Amino acid sequence: MILVYPLVFLMLVGALAACIFKDLMNAVISMALVSLIASILFYLLQAPDVAMAEAVIGAALTTAIFVITIRRTGRHEE
Amino acid sequence: MKILISIILLCVIALGTGLVLEMIPFGEPKTKIGEYYIDNGVEKTGAVNIVTAVVLDYRGFDTLGEITVLFIAAVGLGSVLFSSKKSDKDKKQEPASLILSTGCRFLFPLILLLGAYIFVHGHLSPGGGFQGGAVIASAFVLVYLGCPGIRVNKTGTKIVESLGGLIFITMGLLGLLFGGYFLLNFLPKGIAHTLLSAGIIPIIYVAIGFKVGSELAGIIDNLIGRP
Repeated sequence: MILVYPLVFLMLVGALAACIFKDLMNAVISMALVSLIASILFYLLQAPDVAMAEAVIGAALTTAIFVITIRRTGRHEE
Repeated sequence: MKILISIILLCVIALGTGLVLEMIPFGEPKTKIGEYYIDNGVEKTGAVNIVTAVVLDYRGFDTLGEITVLFIAAVGLGSVLFSSKKSDKDKKQEPASLILSTGCRFLFPLILLLGAYIFVHGHLSPGGGFQGGAVIASAFVLVYLGCPGIRVNKTGTKIVESLGGLIFITMGLLGLLFGGYFLLNFLPKGIAHTLLSAGIIPIIYVAIGFKVGSELAGIIDNLIGRP
Protein backbone atom coordinates (compact mmCIF):
# COMPACT_ATOMS: atom_id res chain seq x y z
CA MET A 1 0.00 0.00 0.00
CA ILE A 2 3.05 2.28 0.34
CA LEU A 3 3.02 2.44 -3.48
CA VAL A 4 -0.09 4.62 -3.33
CA TYR A 5 1.70 7.76 -2.09
CA PRO A 6 4.21 8.27 -4.95
CA LEU A 7 1.40 7.52 -7.42
CA VAL A 8 -0.84 10.18 -5.86
CA PHE A 9 2.06 12.63 -5.93
CA LEU A 10 2.63 11.91 -9.66
CA MET A 11 -1.08 12.42 -10.24
CA LEU A 12 -0.92 15.84 -8.60
CA VAL A 13 2.11 16.77 -10.72
CA GLY A 14 0.23 15.71 -13.87
CA ALA A 15 -2.85 17.72 -12.92
CA LEU A 16 -0.77 20.85 -12.21
CA ALA A 17 1.14 20.40 -15.47
CA ALA A 18 -2.16 20.18 -17.38
CA CYS A 19 -3.12 23.58 -15.96
CA ILE A 20 0.24 25.25 -16.56
CA PHE A 21 1.32 24.06 -20.05
CA LYS A 22 0.72 26.54 -22.85
CA ASP A 23 1.10 23.84 -25.52
CA LEU A 24 -2.32 22.16 -25.39
CA MET A 25 -1.04 18.82 -26.75
CA ASN A 26 1.27 18.52 -23.71
CA ALA A 27 -1.62 19.46 -21.41
CA VAL A 28 -3.80 16.71 -22.89
CA ILE A 29 -1.04 14.12 -22.47
CA SER A 30 -0.61 15.07 -18.80
CA MET A 31 -4.38 14.74 -18.37
CA ALA A 32 -4.11 11.23 -19.79
CA LEU A 33 -1.38 10.56 -17.20
CA VAL A 34 -3.79 11.56 -14.42
CA SER A 35 -6.41 9.13 -15.75
CA LEU A 36 -3.86 6.34 -16.13
CA ILE A 37 -2.65 6.71 -12.53
CA ALA A 38 -6.27 6.89 -11.35
CA SER A 39 -6.90 3.55 -13.04
CA ILE A 40 -3.79 2.03 -11.39
CA LEU A 41 -5.06 3.30 -8.03
CA PHE A 42 -8.49 1.76 -8.66
CA TYR A 43 -6.74 -1.54 -9.40
CA LEU A 44 -4.68 -1.31 -6.19
CA LEU A 45 -7.86 -0.58 -4.22
CA GLN A 46 -9.34 -3.86 -5.61
CA ALA A 47 -11.83 -2.40 -8.07
CA PRO A 48 -10.69 -3.94 -11.39
CA ASP A 49 -13.99 -3.21 -13.20
CA VAL A 50 -13.75 0.52 -12.54
CA ALA A 51 -10.02 0.45 -13.32
CA MET A 52 -10.74 -1.00 -16.77
CA ALA A 53 -13.42 1.60 -17.53
CA GLU A 54 -11.17 4.43 -16.33
CA ALA A 55 -8.19 3.22 -18.38
CA VAL A 56 -10.20 2.90 -21.59
CA ILE A 57 -12.48 5.92 -21.35
CA GLY A 58 -10.29 8.33 -19.35
CA ALA A 59 -6.89 7.58 -20.80
CA ALA A 60 -7.74 6.51 -24.36
CA LEU A 61 -11.06 7.85 -25.65
CA THR A 62 -11.07 11.26 -23.92
CA THR A 63 -7.48 11.86 -25.00
CA ALA A 64 -8.34 10.89 -28.56
CA ILE A 65 -11.31 13.27 -28.64
CA PHE A 66 -9.13 16.11 -27.31
CA VAL A 67 -6.37 15.34 -29.83
CA ILE A 68 -8.88 15.41 -32.70
CA THR A 69 -10.29 18.71 -31.46
CA ILE A 70 -6.83 20.26 -31.10
CA ARG A 71 -5.95 19.13 -34.61
CA ARG A 72 -9.07 20.95 -35.87
CA THR A 73 -8.52 24.16 -33.88
CA GLY A 74 -5.24 25.53 -32.53
CA ARG A 75 -2.39 23.89 -30.75
CA HIS A 76 -1.16 26.80 -28.64
CA GLU A 77 -2.95 28.82 -26.03
CA GLU A 78 -3.34 32.59 -26.73
CA MET B 1 1.94 35.52 -9.12
CA LYS B 2 -1.67 34.67 -10.02
CA ILE B 3 -0.72 31.01 -10.45
CA LEU B 4 1.09 30.99 -7.08
CA ILE B 5 -1.94 32.40 -5.28
CA SER B 6 -4.31 29.92 -6.90
CA ILE B 7 -1.99 27.00 -6.05
CA ILE B 8 -1.78 28.10 -2.39
CA LEU B 9 -5.58 28.48 -2.29
CA LEU B 10 -6.05 25.01 -3.77
CA CYS B 11 -3.64 23.54 -1.19
CA VAL B 12 -5.66 25.14 1.64
CA ILE B 13 -8.91 23.74 0.23
CA ALA B 14 -7.32 20.29 -0.22
CA LEU B 15 -6.01 20.34 3.37
CA GLY B 16 -9.42 21.30 4.75
CA THR B 17 -11.26 18.65 2.75
CA GLY B 18 -8.66 16.05 3.66
CA LEU B 19 -8.90 16.78 7.38
CA VAL B 20 -12.70 16.45 7.23
CA LEU B 21 -12.59 13.23 5.20
CA GLU B 22 -10.02 11.73 7.56
CA MET B 23 -12.65 11.46 10.30
CA ILE B 24 -14.76 9.10 8.14
CA PRO B 25 -13.50 5.50 8.46
CA PHE B 26 -12.13 4.31 5.10
CA GLY B 27 -13.20 1.02 3.56
CA GLU B 28 -15.50 -0.10 6.37
CA PRO B 29 -18.95 -1.24 5.31
CA LYS B 30 -21.73 0.92 6.70
CA THR B 31 -24.63 -1.28 5.63
CA LYS B 32 -25.22 -5.01 5.48
CA ILE B 33 -26.33 -5.03 1.83
CA GLY B 34 -22.81 -5.56 0.47
CA GLU B 35 -22.34 -8.65 2.58
CA TYR B 36 -25.67 -9.99 1.32
CA TYR B 37 -24.55 -9.61 -2.32
CA ILE B 38 -21.22 -11.32 -1.63
CA ASP B 39 -22.81 -14.21 0.28
CA ASN B 40 -25.82 -14.88 -1.95
CA GLY B 41 -24.97 -13.25 -5.29
CA VAL B 42 -23.37 -16.25 -7.00
CA GLU B 43 -26.09 -18.63 -5.86
CA LYS B 44 -29.02 -16.37 -6.81
CA THR B 45 -27.80 -14.99 -10.14
CA GLY B 46 -25.20 -17.53 -11.34
CA ALA B 47 -22.70 -14.76 -12.16
CA VAL B 48 -19.32 -15.21 -10.47
CA ASN B 49 -18.38 -11.54 -10.91
CA ILE B 50 -20.44 -9.83 -8.19
CA VAL B 51 -20.21 -6.45 -9.93
CA THR B 52 -21.89 -7.92 -13.00
CA ALA B 53 -24.51 -9.59 -10.80
CA VAL B 54 -25.37 -6.20 -9.30
CA VAL B 55 -25.20 -4.26 -12.56
CA LEU B 56 -27.32 -6.58 -14.69
CA ASP B 57 -29.43 -8.56 -12.24
CA TYR B 58 -30.18 -6.65 -9.05
CA ARG B 59 -29.95 -3.23 -10.75
CA GLY B 60 -30.72 -4.15 -14.35
CA PHE B 61 -33.21 -1.35 -14.83
CA ASP B 62 -30.58 1.27 -13.91
CA THR B 63 -28.33 -0.18 -16.61
CA LEU B 64 -31.13 0.26 -19.14
CA GLY B 65 -31.26 3.92 -18.09
CA GLU B 66 -27.48 4.25 -18.50
CA ILE B 67 -27.67 2.79 -22.01
CA THR B 68 -30.46 5.26 -22.81
CA VAL B 69 -28.35 8.20 -21.58
CA LEU B 70 -25.44 7.12 -23.79
CA PHE B 71 -27.82 6.70 -26.75
CA ILE B 72 -29.27 10.20 -26.25
CA ALA B 73 -25.75 11.68 -26.02
CA ALA B 74 -24.72 9.94 -29.25
CA VAL B 75 -27.88 11.07 -31.05
CA GLY B 76 -27.45 14.66 -29.85
CA LEU B 77 -23.81 14.78 -30.90
CA GLY B 78 -24.68 13.21 -34.25
CA SER B 79 -27.42 15.76 -34.93
CA VAL B 80 -25.08 18.64 -34.08
CA LEU B 81 -22.04 17.36 -35.98
CA PHE B 82 -23.64 15.47 -38.85
CA SER B 83 -22.60 16.50 -42.36
CA SER B 84 -23.09 14.59 -45.59
CA LYS B 85 -20.22 16.43 -47.27
CA LYS B 86 -16.90 14.66 -47.44
CA SER B 87 -14.15 16.32 -45.47
CA ASP B 88 -11.64 18.24 -47.61
CA LYS B 89 -8.90 18.07 -45.03
CA ASP B 90 -8.57 14.30 -45.34
CA LYS B 91 -7.73 14.50 -49.02
CA LYS B 92 -4.96 16.99 -48.39
CA GLN B 93 -3.63 15.04 -45.43
CA GLU B 94 -0.28 13.40 -46.03
CA PRO B 95 -0.30 9.59 -45.63
CA ALA B 96 1.02 8.16 -42.38
CA SER B 97 4.40 6.46 -42.34
CA LEU B 98 4.60 2.80 -43.31
CA ILE B 99 5.53 1.66 -39.80
CA LEU B 100 2.58 3.51 -38.23
CA SER B 101 -0.03 2.31 -40.70
CA THR B 102 1.24 -1.28 -40.65
CA GLY B 103 1.30 -1.27 -36.85
CA CYS B 104 -2.28 0.02 -36.74
CA ARG B 105 -3.47 -2.65 -39.16
CA PHE B 106 -1.67 -5.31 -37.09
CA LEU B 107 -3.05 -4.13 -33.74
CA PHE B 108 -6.64 -3.47 -34.86
CA PRO B 109 -7.89 -7.12 -34.87
CA LEU B 110 -6.02 -7.89 -31.64
CA ILE B 111 -7.71 -5.01 -29.81
CA LEU B 112 -11.08 -6.08 -31.23
CA LEU B 113 -10.42 -9.59 -29.91
CA LEU B 114 -9.54 -8.22 -26.45
CA GLY B 115 -12.75 -6.17 -26.37
CA ALA B 116 -14.85 -9.17 -27.40
CA TYR B 117 -13.13 -11.30 -24.74
CA ILE B 118 -13.87 -8.71 -22.06
CA PHE B 119 -17.59 -8.52 -22.77
CA VAL B 120 -18.13 -12.22 -23.46
CA HIS B 121 -16.51 -13.08 -20.10
CA GLY B 122 -18.28 -10.24 -18.28
CA HIS B 123 -20.02 -12.57 -15.82
CA LEU B 124 -16.81 -14.50 -14.99
CA SER B 125 -13.95 -11.99 -14.86
CA PRO B 126 -13.65 -8.22 -14.28
CA GLY B 127 -15.04 -6.11 -17.06
CA GLY B 128 -18.23 -6.22 -19.03
CA GLY B 129 -20.23 -4.68 -21.82
CA PHE B 130 -19.26 -1.07 -21.19
CA GLN B 131 -15.54 -1.75 -20.83
CA GLY B 132 -15.41 -4.17 -23.78
CA GLY B 133 -17.37 -1.77 -25.97
CA ALA B 134 -15.03 1.08 -25.07
CA VAL B 135 -12.00 -1.11 -25.91
CA ILE B 136 -13.55 -1.84 -29.34
CA ALA B 137 -14.15 1.88 -29.88
CA SER B 138 -10.52 2.59 -28.99
CA ALA B 139 -9.46 0.18 -31.76
CA PHE B 140 -11.44 2.33 -34.22
CA VAL B 141 -9.79 5.46 -32.81
CA LEU B 142 -6.37 3.90 -33.45
CA VAL B 143 -7.25 3.22 -37.09
CA TYR B 144 -8.76 6.69 -37.58
CA LEU B 145 -5.67 8.43 -36.20
CA GLY B 146 -3.08 6.05 -37.64
CA CYS B 147 -4.41 5.33 -41.14
CA PRO B 148 -6.18 8.45 -42.46
CA GLY B 149 -8.74 7.79 -45.18
CA ILE B 150 -10.30 4.63 -43.72
CA ARG B 151 -13.88 5.17 -42.55
CA VAL B 152 -16.36 2.92 -40.80
CA ASN B 153 -19.68 2.16 -42.51
CA LYS B 154 -22.14 4.54 -40.83
CA THR B 155 -25.23 2.51 -41.71
CA GLY B 156 -23.56 -0.56 -40.23
CA THR B 157 -22.87 1.12 -36.89
CA LYS B 158 -26.46 2.38 -36.75
CA ILE B 159 -27.86 -1.10 -37.41
CA VAL B 160 -25.59 -2.76 -34.81
CA GLU B 161 -26.43 -0.05 -32.26
CA SER B 162 -30.18 -0.44 -32.74
CA LEU B 163 -29.97 -4.24 -32.61
CA GLY B 164 -28.05 -4.06 -29.31
CA GLY B 165 -30.69 -1.89 -27.66
CA LEU B 166 -33.48 -4.02 -29.13
CA ILE B 167 -32.00 -7.26 -27.74
CA PHE B 168 -31.69 -5.73 -24.25
CA ILE B 169 -35.33 -4.59 -24.18
CA THR B 170 -36.55 -7.84 -25.76
CA MET B 171 -34.84 -9.87 -23.03
CA GLY B 172 -36.48 -7.64 -20.42
CA LEU B 173 -39.91 -8.06 -22.00
CA LEU B 174 -39.41 -11.85 -22.25
CA GLY B 175 -38.76 -11.84 -18.50
CA LEU B 176 -42.03 -9.94 -18.05
CA LEU B 177 -43.78 -12.53 -20.21
CA PHE B 178 -42.40 -15.65 -18.49
CA GLY B 179 -42.01 -14.58 -14.86
CA GLY B 180 -44.05 -11.44 -14.39
CA TYR B 181 -41.09 -9.08 -13.77
CA PHE B 182 -39.24 -6.85 -16.25
CA LEU B 183 -35.64 -8.10 -16.79
CA LEU B 184 -36.26 -11.30 -14.81
CA ASN B 185 -33.49 -13.89 -15.25
CA PHE B 186 -35.77 -16.54 -16.75
CA LEU B 187 -33.15 -18.79 -18.38
CA PRO B 188 -31.55 -21.64 -16.38
CA LYS B 189 -28.56 -20.48 -14.31
CA GLY B 190 -26.29 -23.36 -15.29
CA ILE B 191 -23.09 -24.28 -13.46
CA ALA B 192 -21.19 -21.33 -12.00
CA HIS B 193 -17.66 -20.62 -13.37
CA THR B 194 -18.57 -21.88 -16.86
CA LEU B 195 -19.01 -19.70 -19.94
CA LEU B 196 -22.65 -20.66 -20.56
CA SER B 197 -24.05 -19.80 -17.16
CA ALA B 198 -25.96 -17.01 -15.43
CA GLY B 199 -28.99 -17.09 -17.74
CA ILE B 200 -29.66 -13.86 -19.63
CA ILE B 201 -26.64 -11.95 -18.22
CA PRO B 202 -24.12 -12.95 -20.96
CA ILE B 203 -26.68 -12.29 -23.71
CA ILE B 204 -27.40 -8.79 -22.41
CA TYR B 205 -23.69 -8.05 -21.92
CA VAL B 206 -22.84 -9.06 -25.49
CA ALA B 207 -25.66 -6.80 -26.72
CA ILE B 208 -24.38 -3.92 -24.55
CA GLY B 209 -20.82 -4.49 -25.80
CA PHE B 210 -21.84 -4.21 -29.45
CA LYS B 211 -24.08 -1.22 -28.72
CA VAL B 212 -21.48 0.76 -26.75
CA GLY B 213 -18.69 -0.08 -29.22
CA SER B 214 -20.64 1.02 -32.29
CA GLU B 215 -22.01 4.11 -30.52
CA LEU B 216 -18.59 5.37 -29.42
CA ALA B 217 -17.08 4.54 -32.82
CA GLY B 218 -19.91 6.54 -34.42
CA ILE B 219 -19.19 9.51 -32.13
CA ILE B 220 -15.50 9.45 -33.07
CA ASP B 221 -16.44 9.12 -36.75
CA ASN B 222 -18.73 12.17 -36.47
CA LEU B 223 -15.92 14.17 -34.84
CA ILE B 224 -13.33 13.22 -37.45
CA GLY B 225 -15.54 13.35 -40.53
CA ARG B 226 -16.62 16.95 -39.95
CA PRO B 227 -15.23 19.27 -42.64
